[in-house]
Amino acid sequence: MTPRAITFELNGEPVTTLAEPLEPLQAVVHDRLGLTGTKAGCRQGSCGSCTVQVDGEPVLSCLVPIEHVEGRSVRTIEGLTPEGGELSPLQAAFHEGFATQCGFCSPGMITAASALLERNPNPSREEIIEALSNNVCRCTGIEPIIQAVQDAAARMRALEEAAA
Amino acid sequence: MTTQAKPFDVIGRSQERQEARGHVTGDTVFIDDLKFPRMAHMKAVRSPVPHAKVRGVDFSEAEKVPGYIGHLTHEDVPKNTYTILTLIGVEPDEEKVLAEDRVRYVGEPIAVVVAETEQAAFEAASKVKLDLEELPAVFDVEEALKEDAPVVTHWGTNYFVYEGHECRRIRYGDTEKAKQEADHIISGRYQMSPIEHAPVETTGCIAKPEADGRVTVYTNTQAIFFSLDNTAIILQMPTNKLRFIGGTVGGGFGGKVDVIVEPLATLGALKFNRPIRYVYTREEEMQVSSTRSANRIYITDGVTSDGRIISREVTTYEDAGAYSRHTPYGVTKHAANAAGPYTIPNVSIDVYCVYTNRPPSSAMRGFGVTEASFAIEMQMDRIARELNIDPWELRLRNAYRNGDERPYRKITQDATLVETIQAAAEMAGVELSAELRAMSSDDREGVN
Repeated sequence: MTPRAITFELNGEPVTTLAEPLEPLQAVVHDRLGLTGTKAGCRQGSCGSCTVQVDGEPVLSCLVPIEHVEGRSVRTIEGLTPEGGELSPLQAAFHEGFATQCGFCSPGMITAASALLERNPNPSREEIIEALSNNVCRCTGIEPIIQAVQDAAARMRALEEAAA
Repeated sequence: MTTQAKPFDVIGRSQERQEARGHVTGDTVFIDDLKFPRMAHMKAVRSPVPHAKVRGVDFSEAEKVPGYIGHLTHEDVPKNTYTILTLIGVEPDEEKVLAEDRVRYVGEPIAVVVAETEQAAFEAASKVKLDLEELPAVFDVEEALKEDAPVVTHWGTNYFVYEGHECRRIRYGDTEKAKQEADHIISGRYQMSPIEHAPVETTGCIAKPEADGRVTVYTNTQAIFFSLDNTAIILQMPTNKLRFIGGTVGGGFGGKVDVIVEPLATLGALKFNRPIRYVYTREEEMQVSSTRSANRIYITDGVTSDGRIISREVTTYEDAGAYSRHTPYGVTKHAANAAGPYTIPNVSIDVYCVYTNRPPSSAMRGFGVTEASFAIEMQMDRIARELNIDPWELRLRNAYRNGDERPYRKITQDATLVETIQAAAEMAGVELSAELRAMSSDDREGVN
């Protein structure tokens, strides 16, 4: 297939890249654009490591053809990391709560959880489990992950209240 | 000169993990995140059948694939033998790096192809024509030990030979005599299927030739020096020509110690003078990488009416699959643990390392021991049910104590089983009797 120029928004900045229209979004972001936080664990939509947000919704980027995001907004783990060396409340909760072991699933977990907290600042345990049901952690540390999302939600609500 | 002593303030406190920050920002570099100029891609040509003679391999159609660079067969490998156990003195070294005249499991590599892109490498691998003469295959451990079973190994028996014996044996006391004295004979048959580690990051490496003649290998192995040493042996080159960089492993659990990808990637880097990326697909990880062994375990216990196990006989068949890898070693660990953490005066254990036409099994989290624990604890519950004894009490009465001799002739030291069971009961809200609560690993009060 012939590559062509495809334009979309990546972490808030417009980007134009040459890609084959059916190339997976994961391959374009990771291999062509060098944002290596978006991991490929299976390339068949079953592990969730490649989760990114498209217009705020979590998607499995290994299954999304790049032409599907033309003109849309894509956010990856790099776009969820604040500038200047700080961690986001969600990243800090994962870090401090030992919610990461080998680290391969972590960017996908955080990206999926971030999308949840955007639309639901106070999710129940069941809603967190549902939101992360596409993401596999084989080191079996899923409890600290659920806890970290709950902790992050509480921190973010406290920050909101302090600002209000 | 005086030195200021640093306060002891590490033990008992959580410490920040040095790599955790990179994990949550996505900055941690795994091998799949590395890219080098002129990097080429390697893919294996694998056996589609479980057992066959290899009569020929034809690359002529593969060579026509755009981006094709070349291939490696067994003729290119200086020492074409997987040597993973050479370093700890366990033989046999029977597995080939690339198959020669026989393949023994579905997915066994016969050749590798190298191409400009991963896609071209896949396509080229699929176009290599294999001339195979299929042979009868065997997939069950007990079937494999029958007289007329297809022979898997090159030495003629479907079992590993332990010091002249067909199995790893332990003999302690006299189980035949003890069984006569027992009030109950209780038997069980237990088995586990193979388990795949399924790390979220698949097995892989990149081997990069350097201008000074060395090769740098970026790998997600769990055992960097094991990989380095075995690659040096297989390539018959000094270790100072190899530089291995690792330490970042996206899940291993024992599945990334088999040294499968590094020797071929390094060989490819030297032959084609290109950085070579050889990373398993998810399908390869699931179908080809080694598993925890399948196993079947038979236990026959002689038990007294008051719940003392006075005799235990165990026969286990561990399925190595087509090649040894770490399973003969796992079998020895299994034999040592097959009586369980209990003091039993008469024990007889036979553990067979059996070869079948299934993918090789190898290391995985406590392999050999975990399977023994599974079967033994199922058996303990069975005894408790049949004798109508509380399962906590049965375990506490039979638990090993400090000073007890194990069937393999070691004296028990630092036992904590009694205390662990007591603590578990408390956490589970189970009320133990005062007699059981008073038990200790340091004496046999309430046991005899």
